[in-house]
Amino acid sequence: MKKSKTKNKVYRILIITFFIVLAIIILLPFWAIFVGTFQEGSMLVRYGLNLTLDFSEANLDNYIMLFTDSGSYFRWFLNSVVLTVMQVVGTLFISSFVAYGFSVYEFKFKNAIFLCVILIMSVPFEMLMLPLYVQINDMNLSDTYIAILLPFLAHASTIFFFRQYLSGIPMEIIEAGRIDGSSEFGIFFKLILPIMKPSFAAMAILNGMNSWNNFLWPLLVLRSSDNYTLPIGLNTLMTPYGNDYDLLIVGSFFSVLPILILFLCFQKYFIEGMTAGAVKG
Amino acid sequence: MKKIIYSKKAAPYLFILPFVLTFAIFWIVPIIKSGIMSMEKVLPGQTNFVGLSNFKRLYNDRIFWLAVTNSFKYMIFTLILLIPIPMVLACMVNAKVAKGKINSFFKSSLFVPALTSVVVAGTIFRLIFGEMDTSLMNKFIAMFGFESIKWLKGAVTGFAALLTLACWRWFGVNMMYFLSGLQSIPEEYYEAASVDGATTWQRFIHITLPQLKPTIVYVLTISIYGGLSMFIESYMLWQGNNSPQNIGLTIVGYLYRQGIEKNDMGYACAVGITLLVFVLVINIVQLTLTGTFKKEEK
Repeated sequence: MKKSKTKNKVYRILIITFFIVLAIIILLPFWAIFVGTFQEGSMLVRYGLNLTLDFSEANLDNYIMLFTDSGSYFRWFLNSVVLTVMQVVGTLFISSFVAYGFSVYEFKFKNAIFLCVILIMSVPFEMLMLPLYVQINDMNLSDTYIAILLPFLAHASTIFFFRQYLSGIPMEIIEAGRIDGSSEFGIFFKLILPIMKPSFAAMAILNGMNSWNNFLWPLLVLRSSDNYTLPIGLNTLMTPYGNDYDLLIVGSFFSVLPILILFLCFQKYFIEGMTAGAVKG
Repeated sequence: MKKIIYSKKAAPYLFILPFVLTFAIFWIVPIIKSGIMSMEKVLPGQTNFVGLSNFKRLYNDRIFWLAVTNSFKYMIFTLILLIPIPMVLACMVNAKVAKGKINSFFKSSLFVPALTSVVVAGTIFRLIFGEMDTSLMNKFIAMFGFESIKWLKGAVTGFAALLTLACWRWFGVNMMYFLSGLQSIPEEYYEAASVDGATTWQRFIHITLPQLKPTIVYVLTISIYGGLSMFIESYMLWQGNNSPQNIGLTIVGYLYRQGIEKNDMGYACAVGITLLVFVLVINIVQLTLTGTFKKEEK
């Protein structure tokens, strides 16, 4: 008995050590980029990232440049914020609207149309980007935010998630609304939307993350530097003629920071939202 | 007009209208259009019908098949790395050997990389895998007495860098999938097994694995699609779509090169249509496979 206890203790210490070491390895790149924000870009190109800061060479020049330079960084930052907010609000509203239609009513072709939702979910966007790109150009929508937003407002996986959630709502609520004389839309807006609130948090985070980090589609759509979002703007700092690592590193760091802070506050919702697709066994 | 909008009969269709319109305008029409374009030679100002010659060219295109090989290789390696390891990690967290705070610190730290955009992650890893003697990776292998490596110039080492990036970003998310799967397994199953004297290994094989199957199938599915459609990771790591000897070129990268960089729309659409067929075939195969699994259970 005693023997197995000491064995258990050794086992525990081993696991704890393993956890801590692995966690530190995973977090090292963040530390490295944080240290990198205090170094000159040319040094980074020549020597790479460091884990220790040489204080004799450390300076705040990158931060000063980031905050005082009238350059484009904050314009990109603002664009990203605006686009993310529009995407989240629009997607949540439109997708919950559609999901309600799928979950409450019986109508012709319902199953066939819902199959299309599942089909979109299972085809990676990358495979369809070119046809979509051609279509956006034909519609004269290139370099607009409408082109970035519109194809994804009725967002397949968000619709799917909301439909699952709504299938648990008792039909009596809807019947009661009808008896009170509300229209079908009145029922949705006044009775259903408030009930759906808890499911909004997870989907807001899923869509918000996707939008904030979205790269490929904006890369195809956006042309003018004034419209760039953060990831696109940061990417343009790397050119074949040399890289602006001064701004790139500190800019990258500041693009992750808001998400990190939000994650520390709303960890539960982040994990719930970003793993929402998993089949509930 | 108002009457129609507010009638109960029309309501269901009005609710799903946004989706139907999106699907028609942004999915069906573009796919049909690109199907037509795949049989054309698209030049500025004029298009000529060329039949299947784009597909013939594709069949004989060595670079295209290289891209296909790269994508499949990447997909298979991510399946090998990103399913078993996160599953074992999730079991370790779920066993609660380490106390609450260490457990949650571990979970959060592993999850954090998923919050970064590929642009940021790629920038960091490009520097980590730099070819200088002082880059982090070369310093690390120097501790074991190895000489510096030009990571991103070689096919094998470049691939290793890509996979490291993938593991760094997705270990945590996949672990969370498995963790929520593990937590839905009723405790009684394990208790009953303990009474019967089952070893840890037996419990894992006979209870945990079968109960986790829906999660495994889900993670497998997203990993297959994610692996096959990988592009930006390689784009960021090699600072663009051109890696030495195309070691980092993927199917989507090739699509991007032909369609956007070379503006050869007809040919690019042929690549795109071929891809779509690939994905749909895999989709069907996977559906029937998981379907037959279900029959076995019964």
